[in-house]
Amino acid sequence: MGGWAIAVHGGAGVDPNLPKERQEEAKRLLTRCLDIGISALRSNLPAIDVVELVVRELETDPLFNSGRGSALTENGTVEMEASIMDGPKRRCGAVSGLSTVKNPVSLARLVMEKSPHSYLAFSGAEEFAKKQGVELVDNEYFITEDNVGMLKLAKEANSILFDYRIPTIATCGAGAAAMDSPLQMNGLPISVYAPETVGCVVVDKEGRCAAATSTGGLMNKMTGRIGDSPLIGSGTYACELCGVSCTGEGEAIIRSTLAREVAAVMEYKGLSLHEAVDFVIKNRLDEGKAGLIAVSKNGEVACGFNTTGMFRGCATEDGFMEVGVW
Amino acid sequence: MGWAIALHGGAGDIPLSLPPELRLPREASLRHCLDVGIAALKAHKHPLDVVELVVRELENHPHFNAGKGSVLTSSGTVEMEASIMDGQTKRCGAVSGLSTVVNAVSLARLVMEKTPHIYLGFHGAEAFAREQGVETADPSYFVTPENIERLKQAQEANRVQIDYTQPIKKEPNVAAAARIPNGDSQIGTVGCVAVDSEGNLASATSTGGLVNKMAGRIGDSPIIGAGTYANHICAVSATGKGEAMIRGTVARDVAAVMEFKGLSLKEAAAYVIGQVPPGNAGLVAVSSTGETPRCTILPECFVLLPVKMDIQRFPYGIFQLK
Repeated sequence: MGGWAIAVHGGAGVDPNLPKERQEEAKRLLTRCLDIGISALRSNLPAIDVVELVVRELETDPLFNSGRGSALTENGTVEMEASIMDGPKRRCGAVSGLSTVKNPVSLARLVMEKSPHSYLAFSGAEEFAKKQGVELVDNEYFITEDNVGMLKLAKEANSILFDYRIPTIATCGAGAAAMDSPLQMNGLPISVYAPETVGCVVVDKEGRCAAATSTGGLMNKMTGRIGDSPLIGSGTYACELCGVSCTGEGEAIIRSTLAREVAAVMEYKGLSLHEAVDFVIKNRLDEGKAGLIAVSKNGEVACGFNTTGMFRGCATEDGFMEVGVW
Repeated sequence: MGWAIALHGGAGDIPLSLPPELRLPREASLRHCLDVGIAALKAHKHPLDVVELVVRELENHPHFNAGKGSVLTSSGTVEMEASIMDGQTKRCGAVSGLSTVVNAVSLARLVMEKTPHIYLGFHGAEAFAREQGVETADPSYFVTPENIERLKQAQEANRVQIDYTQPIKKEPNVAAAARIPNGDSQIGTVGCVAVDSEGNLASATSTGGLVNKMAGRIGDSPIIGAGTYANHICAVSATGKGEAMIRGTVARDVAAVMEFKGLSLKEAAAYVIGQVPPGNAGLVAVSSTGETPRCTILPECFVLLPVKMDIQRFPYGIFQLK
């Protein structure tokens, strides 16, 4: 009992045909981020600082779907969103619709600490960013060649369905990769889905929990679309008992208020962290596909997912460390 | 088991001294909206249709902080937001940052039914509105003289406020004043919850947000689990200080404590409101369980009953059960 713990994720729902080098690349990034978090924890930084630090690292690396490397909207642009929550007083901050802010998670933190509000979006958020003097870049900075290719495939597959639970008959002209795998998430073939929302949860030595989540959202999304990542209670939640960050099908996560659900069953049913995570993944997602990472104030860490794979890593003060995809 | 409906139409700080010329139109509007909802339930309309209908009415009435009559941002503009949720399927829709859409709640419903997404904001939401051909108006349509005045006062006092009817001055009723931090009233949103005789539940919430809010500020009303929630157990629409309701996941928690702690609707609502700093939140809720009451409005002091007028400070709430 006690001691610090940290978990990171780079998205739930992985293409089983993902090339080995991509998997290794992802594991290396997760390991690096864990190490950054672990050093910070060993230097006694509070949980809220650690989650921000780690998510900044994930945003800056173009590999996952956040900050640089974000999925693209239907217009080929990037609209990023993030949220952060500090367990002790349940302070929170969130941003959506960012197009020039280099590190959305840090702007979310500034919303929490430097504004009278909890959530700012679009041009209002960009204005606030300017006033706060955070690092701003052109929208092109966030766009990677990989994602330009993915957007094209997504448009060809044209399968953001209104009901993603109905399997599509593959349309002709869909990319070869899309045909290989019948797995779908959010209506897109898994190979173009770009699930890699990032997140980090931490409990520090004092038992304080924090959580943060950041994403570019759904590939080929409508401009203005907001997903679960910036929504407190859905993609992110932290309280006295635990910190949770979710990833996967945004609709499913929002409908089940997934992050809050983990904390609610701990708080109101007295479940342990592991029991809570299991319960929520098994019982609260219906046909939705998602995953989450969580820590408890007692220094425990857990992750759960009902998808094919989730990029994740976790570590605890007693020396346990694990990075995985499947 | 019959139907039940509850709605709230926050109209600003309502001290007992509120003059009749300000109070009566609001009461009449509220009663009208309730009647619209009751007629719909009696005509066997699905609760999702009922809550949308009622919230549309509330949005159209200029006395309430939603649609026409929305409070103003720090730039003097209107940015409206809303959400709607169907208890049976837990499907939901939400919109934020609207400036020309006459009925935000209806656009939220269209997001739910006509897009693969749940939540659209700002220019994207406005573009979707045009695609859908919903009724839009010039931004000036939504602005009322009262709200221009409220913004002016808030800016003079350098405050972000939820909404208030009275200018900020010494309250004659000291106890009342003591309950409002900084003289802010705690209203700012409209909402409706309904359940039909089959136990189908729905909730919808709509607002212009906080007086003098920063452009781009999103509150609790469009956030599923904060301002709006419905599942197979209950439907909740909350109102108050958005930031407190977001961190308190107020709407979701009512259902959660009913389910996980076995509390009745009334107990659950009281429990959840009790967790939020006093004066920061209110809600209306209905349940599908056979218990009575099937409706609750917290704080209870603002129930507007057909026979007895008992108006106090918190949101106007009104309900009726079959």
